[in-house]
Amino acid sequence: MSQVSIRKVVKSYDGDVQAVKGIDLEIEDHEFVVLVGPSGCGKSTTLRMVAGLEEITDGEIWIGGDIVNDVPPRDRDIAMVFQNYALYPHMSVFDNMAFGLKLRKVPKPEIKQRVDEAARILDIGELLDRKPKALSGGQRQRVAMGRAIVRHPKVFLFDEPLSNLDAKLRVQMRTEIKKVHQTVNTTTVYVTHDQVEAMTLADRVVVMNQGVIEQVGPPQELYHNPGTRFVAGFIGSPAMNFLPCRVQNGAGGLTVRVGDSMVLPVPPARKERYASFKDREMILGLRPEHLYEYHDDSKPGVARVEAPADVVEPMGMETMVHFFVNGIPVCARVDPATHAVPGETLPLSADLNHMHLIEPETGRVV
Amino acid sequence: MSSATTTANAVAATRRRHTRSLASQRRWALYGSYAALVVFVIMFLIPPFYTVMTSLKTSAEISAQSGNPWFAHNPTLSNFIELIEMPDFQYFFMNSVMITVVTVVVSMVISVMAAFSLARMGFWGSSTLATGVFLTYLVPASLLFIPLFQILGFLGLINNVWCLALVYPTLAVPFCTWIMIGYFSSIPKELDEAALIDGAGYVQMLLKIFIPVAMPGIIAATIFAFTVSWGAFLYPMAYLYSMDQMVLTVGIISDLVRGDVFQWGKIMAASVLAAAPPVIIYAFLMDYYIAGLTSGATKG
Repeated sequence: MSQVSIRKVVKSYDGDVQAVKGIDLEIEDHEFVVLVGPSGCGKSTTLRMVAGLEEITDGEIWIGGDIVNDVPPRDRDIAMVFQNYALYPHMSVFDNMAFGLKLRKVPKPEIKQRVDEAARILDIGELLDRKPKALSGGQRQRVAMGRAIVRHPKVFLFDEPLSNLDAKLRVQMRTEIKKVHQTVNTTTVYVTHDQVEAMTLADRVVVMNQGVIEQVGPPQELYHNPGTRFVAGFIGSPAMNFLPCRVQNGAGGLTVRVGDSMVLPVPPARKERYASFKDREMILGLRPEHLYEYHDDSKPGVARVEAPADVVEPMGMETMVHFFVNGIPVCARVDPATHAVPGETLPLSADLNHMHLIEPETGRVV
Repeated sequence: MSSATTTANAVAATRRRHTRSLASQRRWALYGSYAALVVFVIMFLIPPFYTVMTSLKTSAEISAQSGNPWFAHNPTLSNFIELIEMPDFQYFFMNSVMITVVTVVVSMVISVMAAFSLARMGFWGSSTLATGVFLTYLVPASLLFIPLFQILGFLGLINNVWCLALVYPTLAVPFCTWIMIGYFSSIPKELDEAALIDGAGYVQMLLKIFIPVAMPGIIAATIFAFTVSWGAFLYPMAYLYSMDQMVLTVGIISDLVRGDVFQWGKIMAASVLAAAPPVIIYAFLMDYYIAGLTSGATKG
């Protein structure tokens, strides 16, 4: 029984600045939920309200069936891992992990057993006698996780735990966090600004923006069916291309016209859905992987596009080609074997079967 | 080929020239530093050296006009022995130790708790109060002794050595609190939050996290409180007159200078003994002291 419910939660400072604007979120037992969004979107504030480190201005937070609005952090049965590890510098690794248990008057043999177990899970058995100063960044982060694990809490809270690590270690620790969750299976709320972390770790991703939840869903769902332009642009790297367009009737039925030169056919499956937006200014969203090197096949919904390459970025398993359409930067993901030269026109296929049509006024994906 | 060699040689020559000029600049900087340090060492170490030398001389040797005054030709510990056997000196020493221990303990307990609450508990008006604490330190001690005299008189504590245990903390607490606020503020906020989540209350947080982590700052503040109490001259001079209530600083000169008779040998021996405790404490805690002051300065 360790669900977390966030109900109409508001956080405002000095009565007027609203950091969190009445959000609702139900987190199931054993679930791994990632709150993701740009800086200042309210994700960390939300996590800190769950932890009890920030007061809740309005609304309710429930943990494991109890309302915890006025419960101090130590009685909420949660454990938190911080971005800068927050290890006690004067204590050994063992004492760091045992501190919370000692305060709770857990018997010594049990403390030792729990710390050893956590150390085994995290592979830090050798480090128990060391001080945090003598550890590398990755080891410190493991100890911080160990400190959370030994407590056997109802909920783990992670506040950007990998931001202080270098890129390689970050990927490695990401896998470890996932492994730890699979082992101990505790309900987890994880905050990050890195959408790759969100996608790889989460059972469900919560995308936040300006104090509200934009969309909640499994990573694949968010990737393939974003609800808003913000989510479409935030999830995925490189980001989705956005081009102002107009839905019009053309020679072969409904088309999307981008600028004067580019007219793309709407795939048959979407014609009905998009018909009501005819003759309106809309935004076309297309991910880079749906703009690839041209093949001469006449799959429905795939159109040929030509543009002079501006910048070519070979990345090994793929190559990114940047170019401009009506002055707007667009990125395509092509096969590394494709011969792309900056300045030369490159024929590309635009797969409109994966297109998104966005209402500019509301930012809603239709 | 030959042009490439010439270029390589030119590059190497330039590099050598640069290296040489850097090394010589460094050498001159070092000469300068040593010259300045030698001047300061001489200025600061001659008085204590002369004090020690004089304390080892007999009265006859001190007043003799002949011989090199910078060395004790017949060194003797008689000044020290006579001094230690003097009941007055024993009072002075015991009183100084007693008052200093009480001052240090009281000041540190108050300032650590005050600094923790001002730096961390973030209550209404805490930052104004913190500035206020520092402002009180700016009031010169020489301005305070008259009003304090009235207060002590009202309390009936004039000519009672314990009045100093009341007065000294008022001088030590503001500065110690200020040092500790700086030090506590440099401790990352996440550390308290981690402790809160681990289940610590404020008292446990202070005792188990803040005090151990801020130990260098606490030692710096302790040394300051110690120095305030051990070296104070004005207050004991103003408030105490009986020999059995006197402390070292004032006692030495009032007991060993009678009219125009200066017992130089004993005065110097007493100075050496009085200076010994701070020197010993500084020697042991110097590294901590410097770490405490600098860290408070940059991060506070």
